[in-house]
Order: sequence, then C-alpha cells, then structure tokens
Amino acid sequence: MSSIAFRQIEGRSAGYYMLLAALGLFVLFGLGSAYYMEEHGHIVTGMTNQVVWGMPHVFAVFLIVAASGALNVASIGSVFGKTMYKPLAPLSGLLAIALLAGGLTVLMLDLGRPDRVIIAMTYYNFKSVFAWNVFLYTGFFTIVAAYIWTMMERRMNVFTKSVGVAAFIWRLLLTTGTGSIFGFLVARQAYDSALLAPMFIIMSFAYGLAVYLLVLMAAYSHTNRPLGDKVVLRLKKLLAVFISASLYFVAVFHMTNLYFAKKHGIESFILVNGGIYTQLFWIGQILIGGILPLVILFHPTLGKSRSWIAISSVMVILGGLAQMYVTIIGGQAFPLELFPGMHESSSFYDGVIHGYHASLPETMLGIGGIAIAGVIAAFGIKVLRFLPDSLDDKVIDANHGSKALSK
Amino acid sequence: MSCANKSRREFLGTTAVATASLAVAPGVMLIDMAHGRAPEEAASSSVRWGMLVDTNKCDSGCTDCVTACNTENGLSGDTSETGSQWIRKVELKDMRTGKATSLPMMCQHCAEPPCVDVCPTGASFKRADGIVLVDKHICIGCRYCVMACPYKARSFIHEALADQNPDVPRGKGVVESCTMCVHRVDKGQTTACAEACTKAGHDAILFGDLNDANSEISKRVSTFATKQVRADLGLNTGVRYQGI
Ligand code: SF4
Ligand code: SF4
Repeated sequence: MSSIAFRQIEGRSAGYYMLLAALGLFVLFGLGSAYYMEEHGHIVTGMTNQVVWGMPHVFAVFLIVAASGALNVASIGSVFGKTMYKPLAPLSGLLAIALLAGGLTVLMLDLGRPDRVIIAMTYYNFKSVFAWNVFLYTGFFTIVAAYIWTMMERRMNVFTKSVGVAAFIWRLLLTTGTGSIFGFLVARQAYDSALLAPMFIIMSFAYGLAVYLLVLMAAYSHTNRPLGDKVVLRLKKLLAVFISASLYFVAVFHMTNLYFAKKHGIESFILVNGGIYTQLFWIGQILIGGILPLVILFHPTLGKSRSWIAISSVMVILGGLAQMYVTIIGGQAFPLELFPGMHESSSFYDGVIHGYHASLPETMLGIGGIAIAGVIAAFGIKVLRFLPDSLDDKVIDANHGSKALSK
Repeated sequence: MSCANKSRREFLGTTAVATASLAVAPGVMLIDMAHGRAPEEAASSSVRWGMLVDTNKCDSGCTDCVTACNTENGLSGDTSETGSQWIRKVELKDMRTGKATSLPMMCQHCAEPPCVDVCPTGASFKRADGIVLVDKHICIGCRYCVMACPYKARSFIHEALADQNPDVPRGKGVVESCTMCVHRVDKGQTTACAEACTKAGHDAILFGDLNDANSEISKRVSTFATKQVRADLGLNTGVRYQGI
C-alpha cells in the first residue's frame, strides 16, 4: 500500500457543492420529520400498537447492516492478506462509519422519547440484546476509527493487520447482534430462528459492497481519477458471489421453516398470500435484489459496463430495503398466535392481519438517515486522504507485484 | 446497574410523590406509582400476586372488566389501532369442535418476562411480588418490549393524554401495560377488573397470592386443572386460566 498515494478530493467543484446541498436538504427534511413526530407523537406515523416498528426501522436496520458489510472490503485486504484490496480499505472504513452513523441517528430519532437518549447510555440492562448493541455500536466506531488511523498514518501501518482482525471480528458480532434483535423475539413466528443472525451477516456483505461500489465509481468518475477495470471487475465478481450466497441463505431459511408445522402460517403469508409482503419478497427482494443483478453481473457484455454494474448495485440496495420491509413490517403484520388451533378475535385486533401505511414523515426520517451517511462520506473524502490518486490497472499491478516480492 | 437499581428503589416508594413527580409533557405529570404502600415497606418476594380466570363463568357479551380497568387507570377506552388497551376480551372458537370461549386477556405478569429481558434501560421491570411494570421515567420508548411480549399485552402511547388518574402515571412516547392495579394492591385492595367481574355477578376473575397456600387462588390452582397461555414458552405466568 505504501507505493500508492492517497489524496483528498478537491471538493470545490459546483457538482460537489450541489451534492452536499442536496444531501443537506434531505438531512433537514429528516430532522424536521423527527421533530414533527416528537411534537405530535407517533400518531402522525403509520405505526400502531400492532405494528410498532415502521419505516424508520426498515431504513435504520438496513443502514446498520450495510455498515458492517461495507467494512468487508477492508477486511479482505488486511485480514485475508489480499494486497489488491489494501488501497481500497480506507474508503471501506469511512463508509462503515458513515452508514452506521446514519442508521443509528434514525433509530434514535424514532424513539418515543428521543430526549432521553442519555438514559439509553447510562442505564443498562445487560440481558437486553438492545443494550449489547449499544456497546457493539460504540465499539465499532472506535475500532474502525483506529483502523483507519493505522492505515493513514505510516508509522502505524504495522498495526493495521491486528486492528483489522479486531474490526473484522467486531463487525461479525455487530451484525449478529442486529440479527439477534429479531432472533430473540421467540414469540413471533417470523423471527423465531437462529438462522436470522447468520443470514443478516451474508446479506450485509452484499448490501455493504453494493454501496461501496457505487460510491467508489461515483467518486472516481466525478474527480476524473483513473479507476481501472481490474478493481471494478474484481469487486463486481465479489458482489455476485455475495448475492448468490444471500439467495442461497434465504432459500435455506424458508425451507427449514417449512419443516415446522407451526411456521406454516407465517411462511405462506410471506411466500404466497401476504399481498404487499409477498410481492415485495418475490419482486423486490428476490427478483430486483437478487436474480436480475446476478444476470446483469454475469452477462458477457452488460457485466463489463460500469453503468450496468452501478444499476445492479442500486438494485441490490433496493432489494435490501425490500427485504427489511418484509422482515420487519411483514413479521409484525402477521398476528401473534395466542391460542393455537383456535380462531381468535378481539377489540385489540387479535387474529387479524395488521395493516401498516407508512406516513411521509417517517419515510423522510429514514431517507434522512441515508443522507446523513452521504454527507459524512462526501465530507470525509474531502478532508482526509481516503482515496488513492489512481486505481488504474498499472498501479494495481505494480502494488500487487511489489508486495508479492517483498513477502 | 447499581444506578438503575437505586432509582428503581426510589421508584418503588422510598420517596413519596414529590421526588418522583416529573413533567412528561405540558400538563401531564408522572407521579410515583407506589405511593399507596407504606413508604418503608418494600414489595416482598414472599408474595406472588396473580389472577385466576375461570372462562366457564366469563360471559361473552360482558366487558365490565375492560370498562373498570379503563376507569380505574384513566384510559380513554380508545379501540382504534393506536389506542391503549390494557385488558381486552378475546373471543375464541375451537376450529375443530366449534366450542366458543370468551376470556379477558391482559399482561400475564410473567415470572420470566421477555419484556423485561429485552428492555435496554431496565425500565421494564418485575417487582419482588411478581408484578411487572414499566418505570415511566426511564422508558425511552424503543418499543422492543412490545415486540417481545407474546400476549400483545403492551401499548405504546401515540399522542398526548388528558384526564389522567394521579395514581396511575402515563405519558406520551412511553410504553404501558396492565399494572395488576398495583396502586390498589398496595393498599390491600383487589384489582379493578376482578372487583367489577364480581359486581356483575360472574365472579370469573380471582385475585390473590399464589405463594400463600391458604389463599383461595392457591387452593383453586392446586385443585383444578388450570392453564397458562402459551405455556410452551415457559414464562410461568401470574395469570392463569381455567376452562380452556
Ligand atoms: S405478559 Fe407481556 S408485558 Fe406482561 S410480563 Fe409477560 S411479557 Fe411482559
Ligand atoms: S419501550 Fe420502554 S419499557 Fe419497553 S423496552 Fe423500550 S425502554 Fe424498555
């Protein structure tokens, strides 16, 4: 990595300021929405006492999961010693921090009492998966920041590998923790599965890499820095592998659920007759988020076009949001079964599918989280040396070669 | 942890109304929940408060327990999707035999409460006498407990409230559920739902101490076949049912 020069982007072009302004606008919309929700209460959202977690959780959990996935590029470089990935590592760390910050902000602003967030940091119930997550998140910020530092500060380079390993382990814990938030809800048929945590990890690889690819390509084309095919095609291949692995995991998840008679209800709800959830599952998560990008990425000509690679990355992200919607909202829409074998009804909507219609403010809050991540990333590459001057094929080969020789 | 415990003890009544009064929203005051019990007396683990519902006596058309709960705790009785319902009447129909059953469903005051396990701040807690409560002062409104409760017993307060009962603190943005009328129980009274059911002549809800072998509830639980709802989850509920 030492042979590669890193430099801040100029960040003085009209385009850069327009990007910041646009992102800033969405951040403002998001914060405004949060304020509105706090003023009036959650009554102005689509959330109810049946569907208590709504659109903000869809975005927040996606961002948090993608955050740990974005760090993957760095891990491949330092943990698994693939020299080609090393110049890509600092950006990977930056995106991880940016996405996590965006996700956590949304999660926090969606609390019933966001003004009490300090309580969440001072009162801990150590049995709670949520409380573990507070630790995991803070730890993640610290470790990734240290990791970036060891990469950027030449004298610290020797520690990159060990800090990188720590960051890698931490990110696995983090996604396990996020997945377990749902996995621990034993009473809910949709979540009662130990497979949720590993499935979240696999999905995080795909989501994080899709975000990484998009940012990398956009940054290099807008700053007119060379980005060779070697890097892009390698990352795209990796993305295809992660998408396939996610699809495989989803298949295993649903097949094992189909073994359990008690899960038949929720399975047919998601897979067959759940209306919007079934559509989002098949069309959003599987088709747009999985099969189509795979076809594009493996296609002999489309798979080499950067625009198509970018389109596939966007599709993976959209598919990821659909997956979160199906998992989080769909899992709540399906009624709890209190008395198996009985038909239940009550004034509290027992036994019926619960409706949910996201309101504009809660959706804007979620989008605001993405904008916050965008602002941090755009600002980060302007003030610190996250991006190599050049990633063209010659540079990559030279770097690859020199490392190989010095070993 | 120790910090949380301390505040919990305070919350449990070592200090009276004054210290625990907090404005949650303009015009809404949260007042210490346990000020009915003698201040120096802590909830005792030798007691386990519980209720036994005899579904054979419960009348499907009757909602007196629900009305009594709403009146007692200052709930509006709003049954929209965003309204709070601490107790509800559930109508059951056996899909094979067609047998119909009607029963009240409220917080089951689990001995192993999932809502307490998941709560990140410890706001959701179980008293020594088995009553599960939410400390309104440290609930951040994350709603994880609502997700975790297998009985749909919890409600999140979606908007500002008016007309509150000073004995029962509630506030926008936090979670609440049946308190087993803790403010009455601490004064030595029975729960509002049980009282109303008796008054209506049904006598389907019996309140008492499950730990006291001589209490009527213990005697009935040891004589008749009673059930815990979703016993498969092993939560050891404080509310038991007979006849289902
Ligand atoms: S019934 Fe629900 S709210 Fe009540 S103690 Fe059990 S898990 Fe908690
Ligand atoms: S909503 Fe309140 S009581 Fe429930 S888990 Fe969150 S902080 Fe605890």
